[in-house]
Amino acid sequence: MWKWIQAFASPQNFYVTSKKIIPWFLYPCIALCVVGVYGALFVVPPDYQQGETYRIMFVHVPSASMSMFVYFIMAVASGIGLIWQIKLANVVAKVSAPIGASFTFLALLTGAVWGKPMWGTWWVWDARLTSELVLLFLYLAYMSLGNAFDNPKTASKASAILAIVGLINLPIIKYSVEWWNTLHQGASISTVEKISKPAIDGSMIWPLFVMFVAFGLMYGALMLMRARDEMLIREQNTRWVKSIFKEAP
Amino acid sequence: MTKRQNRMVFVALLIAGAILAIYLLLQALGSNTNYFFSPTEVVQGKAPIGKSFRLGGLVVDGSVKREGMKVNFDVTDNTNSFSIEYVGILPDLFREGQGIITTGSLSRGTFVATEVLAKHDENYMPPEVADALKNSSNK
Repeated sequence: MWKWIQAFASPQNFYVTSKKIIPWFLYPCIALCVVGVYGALFVVPPDYQQGETYRIMFVHVPSASMSMFVYFIMAVASGIGLIWQIKLANVVAKVSAPIGASFTFLALLTGAVWGKPMWGTWWVWDARLTSELVLLFLYLAYMSLGNAFDNPKTASKASAILAIVGLINLPIIKYSVEWWNTLHQGASISTVEKISKPAIDGSMIWPLFVMFVAFGLMYGALMLMRARDEMLIREQNTRWVKSIFKEAP
Repeated sequence: MTKRQNRMVFVALLIAGAILAIYLLLQALGSNTNYFFSPTEVVQGKAPIGKSFRLGGLVVDGSVKREGMKVNFDVTDNTNSFSIEYVGILPDLFREGQGIITTGSLSRGTFVATEVLAKHDENYMPPEVADALKNSSNK
Protein backbone atom coordinates (compact mmCIF):
# COMPACT_ATOMS: atom_id res chain seq x y z
CA MET A 1 0.00 0.00 0.00
CA TRP A 2 2.70 2.45 1.10
CA LYS A 3 4.84 1.58 -1.90
CA TRP A 4 1.86 1.94 -4.21
CA ILE A 5 1.13 5.40 -2.81
CA GLN A 6 4.75 6.43 -3.19
CA ALA A 7 4.81 5.16 -6.75
CA PHE A 8 1.62 6.99 -7.68
CA ALA A 9 2.70 10.18 -5.93
CA SER A 10 5.95 10.44 -7.85
CA PRO A 11 5.66 13.58 -10.00
CA GLN A 12 6.24 11.80 -13.29
CA ASN A 13 3.76 9.00 -12.64
CA PHE A 14 1.16 11.46 -11.40
CA TYR A 15 1.53 13.52 -14.56
CA VAL A 16 0.92 10.48 -16.76
CA THR A 17 -1.83 8.79 -14.68
CA SER A 18 -3.85 11.94 -13.92
CA LYS A 19 -4.30 12.59 -17.62
CA LYS A 20 -6.20 9.31 -17.86
CA ILE A 21 -8.27 10.00 -14.74
CA ILE A 22 -9.42 13.56 -15.60
CA PRO A 23 -12.05 12.54 -18.23
CA TRP A 24 -13.68 10.24 -15.63
CA PHE A 25 -14.31 13.32 -13.50
CA LEU A 26 -14.96 15.89 -16.22
CA TYR A 27 -17.59 14.27 -18.45
CA PRO A 28 -19.83 12.84 -15.67
CA CYS A 29 -19.58 16.28 -14.02
CA ILE A 30 -20.88 18.08 -17.12
CA ALA A 31 -23.69 15.51 -17.62
CA LEU A 32 -24.77 15.67 -13.97
CA CYS A 33 -24.66 19.49 -13.97
CA VAL A 34 -27.05 19.57 -16.95
CA VAL A 35 -29.40 16.99 -15.36
CA GLY A 36 -29.22 18.65 -11.93
CA VAL A 37 -29.81 22.22 -13.14
CA TYR A 38 -32.67 21.11 -15.42
CA GLY A 39 -34.27 19.18 -12.55
CA ALA A 40 -33.78 22.05 -10.13
CA LEU A 41 -35.23 24.73 -12.41
CA PHE A 42 -37.96 22.89 -14.34
CA VAL A 43 -38.88 19.56 -12.76
CA VAL A 44 -39.17 19.86 -8.97
CA PRO A 45 -42.25 21.65 -7.53
CA PRO A 46 -42.05 25.11 -5.87
CA ASP A 47 -41.80 25.40 -2.07
CA TYR A 48 -44.93 26.00 0.03
CA GLN A 49 -43.45 29.13 1.64
CA GLN A 50 -40.62 30.40 -0.55
CA GLY A 51 -42.20 29.69 -3.93
CA GLU A 52 -39.62 29.59 -6.73
CA THR A 53 -36.86 31.37 -4.81
CA TYR A 54 -35.81 28.22 -2.94
CA ARG A 55 -34.33 26.86 -6.19
CA ILE A 56 -31.17 28.86 -5.36
CA MET A 57 -30.39 26.17 -2.78
CA PHE A 58 -29.52 23.67 -5.51
CA VAL A 59 -26.39 25.75 -6.17
CA HIS A 60 -25.99 27.30 -2.72
CA VAL A 61 -25.92 24.13 -0.61
CA PRO A 62 -23.47 22.13 -2.77
CA SER A 63 -21.18 25.21 -3.06
CA ALA A 64 -21.21 25.69 0.69
CA SER A 65 -20.44 22.06 1.46
CA MET A 66 -17.72 21.97 -1.21
CA SER A 67 -16.19 25.14 0.26
CA MET A 68 -15.66 23.16 3.48
CA PHE A 69 -14.77 19.85 1.82
CA VAL A 70 -12.06 21.48 -0.33
CA TYR A 71 -10.61 23.20 2.74
CA PHE A 72 -10.51 19.85 4.53
CA ILE A 73 -8.65 18.24 1.60
CA MET A 74 -6.31 21.26 1.45
CA ALA A 75 -5.48 21.04 5.16
CA VAL A 76 -4.99 17.25 5.13
CA ALA A 77 -2.76 17.51 2.03
CA SER A 78 -0.83 20.31 3.76
CA GLY A 79 -0.32 18.08 6.82
CA ILE A 80 0.85 15.14 4.69
CA GLY A 81 3.17 17.47 2.77
CA LEU A 82 4.55 18.87 6.01
CA ILE A 83 5.16 15.53 7.75
CA TRP A 84 6.06 13.14 4.93
CA GLN A 85 7.27 15.80 2.48
CA ILE A 86 5.47 14.33 -0.50
CA LYS A 87 5.64 16.74 -3.45
CA LEU A 88 2.21 15.76 -4.75
CA ALA A 89 0.55 16.60 -1.41
CA ASN A 90 2.00 20.13 -1.43
CA VAL A 91 0.87 20.60 -5.03
CA VAL A 92 -2.68 19.36 -4.27
CA ALA A 93 -2.94 21.73 -1.30
CA LYS A 94 -1.72 24.71 -3.31
CA VAL A 95 -3.94 24.24 -6.35
CA SER A 96 -7.05 23.47 -4.25
CA ALA A 97 -7.10 26.90 -2.62
CA PRO A 98 -8.43 29.00 -5.55
CA ILE A 99 -11.07 26.33 -6.29
CA GLY A 100 -12.22 26.30 -2.66
CA ALA A 101 -12.22 30.09 -2.55
CA SER A 102 -14.47 30.13 -5.63
CA PHE A 103 -16.94 27.71 -4.02
CA THR A 104 -16.94 29.86 -0.86
CA PHE A 105 -17.57 33.01 -2.87
CA LEU A 106 -20.39 31.30 -4.78
CA ALA A 107 -22.00 30.13 -1.51
CA LEU A 108 -21.84 33.65 -0.03
CA LEU A 109 -23.14 35.25 -3.23
CA THR A 110 -26.08 32.86 -3.75
CA GLY A 111 -26.88 33.13 -0.04
CA ALA A 112 -27.07 36.92 -0.25
CA VAL A 113 -29.27 36.79 -3.35
CA TRP A 114 -31.63 34.40 -1.53
CA GLY A 115 -31.48 36.32 1.73
CA LYS A 116 -32.69 39.63 0.32
CA PRO A 117 -36.22 38.48 -0.67
CA MET A 118 -36.58 35.79 2.04
CA TRP A 119 -35.03 37.29 5.18
CA GLY A 120 -35.30 40.90 4.08
CA THR A 121 -31.54 41.53 4.10
CA TRP A 122 -28.47 40.74 1.97
CA TRP A 123 -26.21 40.15 4.93
CA VAL A 124 -26.26 39.80 8.70
CA TRP A 125 -23.36 39.21 11.08
CA ASP A 126 -24.70 35.95 12.52
CA ALA A 127 -22.41 33.05 13.42
CA ARG A 128 -22.99 31.00 10.22
CA LEU A 129 -22.50 33.85 7.75
CA THR A 130 -19.54 35.30 9.61
CA SER A 131 -17.71 31.96 9.93
CA GLU A 132 -18.22 31.27 6.21
CA LEU A 133 -16.76 34.72 5.44
CA VAL A 134 -13.80 33.85 7.68
CA LEU A 135 -13.34 30.73 5.51
CA LEU A 136 -13.07 32.93 2.42
CA PHE A 137 -10.45 35.08 4.18
CA LEU A 138 -8.55 31.92 5.20
CA TYR A 139 -8.39 30.83 1.56
CA LEU A 140 -7.21 34.31 0.47
CA ALA A 141 -4.62 34.42 3.26
CA TYR A 142 -3.40 30.92 2.32
CA MET A 143 -2.95 31.97 -1.31
CA SER A 144 -1.18 35.24 -0.46
CA LEU A 145 1.14 33.51 2.01
CA GLY A 146 2.00 30.84 -0.57
CA ASN A 147 2.88 33.56 -3.07
CA ALA A 148 4.95 35.57 -0.60
CA PHE A 149 8.00 33.25 -0.81
CA ASP A 150 10.27 32.71 -3.79
CA ASN A 151 11.27 29.23 -2.63
CA PRO A 152 8.36 26.80 -3.19
CA LYS A 153 9.50 24.63 -0.23
CA THR A 154 9.36 27.52 2.24
CA ALA A 155 6.06 28.64 0.72
CA SER A 156 4.53 25.17 1.16
CA LYS A 157 5.72 24.95 4.76
CA ALA A 158 4.41 28.38 5.81
CA SER A 159 1.06 28.04 4.08
CA ALA A 160 0.62 24.46 5.37
CA ILE A 161 0.77 25.75 8.95
CA LEU A 162 -1.92 28.34 8.16
CA ALA A 163 -4.12 25.71 6.50
CA ILE A 164 -3.87 23.37 9.51
CA VAL A 165 -4.61 26.10 12.06
CA GLY A 166 -7.58 27.24 9.96
CA LEU A 167 -9.03 23.72 10.08
CA ILE A 168 -10.62 24.68 13.40
CA ASN A 169 -13.04 26.92 11.48
CA LEU A 170 -14.77 23.94 9.80
CA PRO A 171 -16.61 22.56 12.87
CA ILE A 172 -17.48 26.15 13.80
CA ILE A 173 -19.17 26.69 10.42
CA LYS A 174 -20.92 23.31 10.59
CA TYR A 175 -22.26 23.64 14.14
CA SER A 176 -22.73 27.44 14.24
CA VAL A 177 -26.46 26.97 13.62
CA GLU A 178 -26.72 24.62 16.62
CA TRP A 179 -24.38 26.31 19.10
CA TRP A 180 -25.79 29.82 18.68
CA ASN A 181 -29.02 31.53 17.73
CA THR A 182 -28.54 32.44 14.09
CA LEU A 183 -30.67 33.93 11.35
CA HIS A 184 -29.48 31.12 9.09
CA GLN A 185 -31.66 27.99 9.32
CA GLY A 186 -30.43 24.69 10.71
CA ALA A 187 -29.28 21.71 8.64
CA SER A 188 -31.93 20.01 6.47
CA ILE A 189 -30.08 16.78 5.64
CA SER A 190 -26.62 16.67 7.19
CA THR A 191 -27.34 15.71 10.78
CA VAL A 192 -27.47 12.23 12.29
CA GLU A 193 -31.28 12.20 12.61
CA LYS A 194 -31.95 13.87 9.28
CA ILE A 195 -29.69 11.85 7.00
CA SER A 196 -32.36 9.11 6.79
CA LYS A 197 -35.33 11.48 7.05
CA PRO A 198 -34.42 14.83 5.43
CA ALA A 199 -36.44 17.98 6.16
CA ILE A 200 -36.71 18.46 2.40
CA ASP A 201 -39.66 16.68 0.78
CA GLY A 202 -38.75 13.60 -1.29
CA SER A 203 -40.16 15.08 -4.50
CA MET A 204 -37.76 18.04 -4.50
CA ILE A 205 -34.53 16.65 -3.06
CA TRP A 206 -33.06 14.58 -5.92
CA PRO A 207 -31.47 17.47 -7.92
CA LEU A 208 -29.65 18.42 -4.73
CA PHE A 209 -27.91 15.03 -4.59
CA VAL A 210 -27.15 15.22 -8.32
CA MET A 211 -25.57 18.64 -7.79
CA PHE A 212 -23.57 17.40 -4.77
CA VAL A 213 -21.97 14.68 -6.93
CA ALA A 214 -21.51 17.08 -9.88
CA PHE A 215 -19.71 19.66 -7.72
CA GLY A 216 -17.53 16.95 -6.16
CA LEU A 217 -16.50 15.74 -9.61
CA MET A 218 -15.94 19.35 -10.72
CA TYR A 219 -13.46 19.82 -7.90
CA GLY A 220 -11.73 16.55 -8.82
CA ALA A 221 -11.35 17.54 -12.46
CA LEU A 222 -10.25 21.13 -11.84
CA MET A 223 -7.84 20.13 -9.07
CA LEU A 224 -6.14 17.45 -11.21
CA MET A 225 -5.84 19.82 -14.21
CA ARG A 226 -4.29 22.54 -12.06
CA ALA A 227 -2.06 20.05 -10.23
CA ARG A 228 -0.60 18.81 -13.56
CA ASP A 229 0.35 22.36 -14.54
CA GLU A 230 1.79 23.14 -11.13
CA MET A 231 3.79 19.91 -11.17
CA LEU A 232 5.35 20.79 -14.53
CA ILE A 233 6.37 24.23 -13.25
CA ARG A 234 7.92 22.82 -10.08
CA GLU A 235 9.72 20.00 -11.90
CA GLN A 236 10.80 22.08 -14.89
CA ASN A 237 14.50 21.31 -14.41
CA THR A 238 14.11 17.53 -14.19
CA ARG A 239 14.89 15.07 -16.95
CA TRP A 240 11.33 13.73 -17.34
CA VAL A 241 9.83 17.17 -17.93
CA LYS A 242 12.54 18.05 -20.42
CA SER A 243 12.01 14.77 -22.26
CA ILE A 244 8.26 15.52 -22.59
CA PHE A 245 8.98 18.82 -24.26
CA LYS A 246 11.64 17.31 -26.51
CA GLU A 247 9.16 14.73 -27.79
CA ALA A 248 6.63 17.39 -28.64
CA PRO A 249 7.05 18.73 -32.18
CA MET B 1 12.92 11.01 17.73
CA THR B 2 13.34 11.03 14.01
CA LYS B 3 12.81 14.22 12.06
CA ARG B 4 9.52 12.90 10.73
CA GLN B 5 8.22 12.18 14.24
CA ASN B 6 9.30 15.66 15.25
CA ARG B 7 7.18 17.11 12.49
CA MET B 8 4.21 14.94 13.51
CA VAL B 9 4.41 16.28 17.06
CA PHE B 10 4.65 19.81 15.64
CA VAL B 11 1.46 19.36 13.60
CA ALA B 12 -0.37 17.78 16.58
CA LEU B 13 0.64 20.69 18.84
CA LEU B 14 -0.46 23.14 16.16
CA ILE B 15 -3.96 21.60 16.03
CA ALA B 16 -4.21 21.36 19.84
CA GLY B 17 -3.13 24.99 20.20
CA ALA B 18 -5.66 26.18 17.65
CA ILE B 19 -8.49 24.26 19.37
CA LEU B 20 -7.53 25.67 22.78
CA ALA B 21 -7.29 29.25 21.46
CA ILE B 22 -10.70 29.08 19.78
CA TYR B 23 -12.27 27.42 22.83
CA LEU B 24 -11.01 30.21 25.12
CA LEU B 25 -12.11 32.84 22.62
CA LEU B 26 -15.64 31.43 22.43
CA GLN B 27 -15.83 31.16 26.22
CA ALA B 28 -14.83 34.81 26.51
CA LEU B 29 -17.36 35.93 23.94
CA GLY B 30 -20.13 34.00 25.71
CA SER B 31 -23.63 35.02 24.71
CA ASN B 32 -22.32 37.88 22.56
CA THR B 33 -22.03 35.40 19.70
CA ASN B 34 -25.80 34.84 19.77
CA TYR B 35 -27.48 36.73 16.99
CA PHE B 36 -30.69 37.28 18.97
CA PHE B 37 -32.40 36.79 22.35
CA SER B 38 -35.55 34.72 22.91
CA PRO B 39 -38.52 36.26 24.78
CA THR B 40 -37.69 34.04 27.81
CA GLU B 41 -34.10 35.33 27.91
CA VAL B 42 -35.44 38.89 27.87
CA VAL B 43 -37.84 38.10 30.75
CA GLN B 44 -34.88 36.61 32.67
CA GLY B 45 -33.07 39.92 32.23
CA LYS B 46 -30.31 38.63 29.93
CA ALA B 47 -30.96 41.28 27.27
CA PRO B 48 -29.35 44.73 27.59
CA ILE B 49 -31.79 47.33 28.93
CA GLY B 50 -31.94 50.76 27.34
CA LYS B 51 -29.85 49.55 24.41
CA SER B 52 -30.83 48.19 21.03
CA PHE B 53 -30.84 44.37 20.80
CA ARG B 54 -32.37 41.62 18.68
CA LEU B 55 -35.42 39.64 19.71
CA GLY B 56 -36.38 36.41 17.92
CA GLY B 57 -39.38 34.10 18.07
CA LEU B 58 -42.55 32.95 16.34
CA VAL B 59 -45.29 35.39 15.30
CA VAL B 60 -48.38 34.50 17.39
CA ASP B 61 -51.39 33.36 15.30
CA GLY B 62 -54.05 36.07 15.07
CA SER B 63 -51.90 38.75 16.71
CA VAL B 64 -50.98 40.75 13.58
CA LYS B 65 -52.78 44.11 13.41
CA ARG B 66 -52.01 46.52 10.59
CA GLU B 67 -52.73 50.26 10.61
CA GLY B 68 -51.33 51.76 7.42
CA MET B 69 -47.56 51.27 7.61
CA LYS B 70 -47.71 50.47 11.31
CA VAL B 71 -47.82 46.81 12.33
CA ASN B 72 -48.42 45.35 15.80
CA PHE B 73 -47.87 41.67 16.54
CA ASP B 74 -46.78 39.31 19.31
CA VAL B 75 -43.67 37.13 19.25
CA THR B 76 -43.40 33.99 21.38
CA ASP B 77 -41.03 31.11 22.16
CA ASN B 78 -44.02 29.12 23.51
CA THR B 79 -43.10 30.11 27.09
CA ASN B 80 -43.14 33.90 27.08
CA SER B 81 -44.29 36.42 24.53
CA PHE B 82 -43.66 40.08 23.70
CA SER B 83 -45.74 42.58 21.76
CA ILE B 84 -43.84 44.27 18.95
CA GLU B 85 -44.46 47.53 17.16
CA TYR B 86 -42.95 48.16 13.75
CA VAL B 87 -43.31 50.77 11.02
CA GLY B 88 -42.01 49.71 7.60
CA ILE B 89 -41.96 47.03 4.94
CA LEU B 90 -42.06 43.39 6.09
CA PRO B 91 -40.11 40.61 4.26
CA ASP B 92 -41.88 38.08 1.99
CA LEU B 93 -41.74 35.29 4.53
CA PHE B 94 -43.40 37.33 7.30
CA ARG B 95 -46.66 35.63 8.31
CA GLU B 96 -48.39 34.30 11.40
CA GLY B 97 -46.57 31.31 12.87
CA GLN B 98 -43.30 32.31 11.11
CA GLY B 99 -40.01 32.67 12.96
CA ILE B 100 -38.74 36.26 12.84
CA ILE B 101 -35.89 38.34 14.24
CA THR B 102 -36.40 42.02 15.08
CA THR B 103 -33.92 44.71 16.04
CA GLY B 104 -35.09 47.41 18.44
CA SER B 105 -35.42 48.26 22.10
CA LEU B 106 -37.92 47.90 24.95
CA SER B 107 -40.19 50.80 25.68
CA ARG B 108 -42.83 50.39 28.42
CA GLY B 109 -43.35 46.66 27.88
CA THR B 110 -43.48 46.95 24.08
CA PHE B 111 -40.57 46.13 21.83
CA VAL B 112 -40.23 48.95 19.30
CA ALA B 113 -38.58 47.42 16.24
CA THR B 114 -36.46 49.26 13.68
CA GLU B 115 -35.93 46.16 11.51
CA VAL B 116 -37.86 42.90 11.00
CA LEU B 117 -36.16 39.87 9.38
CA ALA B 118 -37.92 36.59 8.60
CA LYS B 119 -36.14 33.44 9.72
CA HIS B 120 -36.61 30.48 7.45
CA ASP B 121 -36.65 26.97 8.94
CA GLU B 122 -34.97 23.89 7.50
CA ASN B 123 -38.21 22.41 6.07
CA TYR B 124 -38.85 22.40 2.33
CA MET B 125 -41.97 20.91 0.69
CA PRO B 126 -44.33 21.48 -2.24
CA PRO B 127 -47.60 23.39 -1.48
CA GLU B 128 -49.72 20.23 -1.91
CA VAL B 129 -47.72 18.39 0.73
CA ALA B 130 -48.00 21.36 3.09
CA ASP B 131 -51.79 21.39 2.58
CA ALA B 132 -52.03 17.65 3.17
CA LEU B 133 -50.01 17.99 6.40
CA LYS B 134 -52.25 20.85 7.54
CA ASN B 135 -55.43 18.88 6.84
CA SER B 136 -54.23 15.78 8.63
CA SER B 137 -53.21 17.77 11.71
CA ASN B 138 -56.59 19.57 11.80
CA LYS B 139 -58.54 16.29 11.89
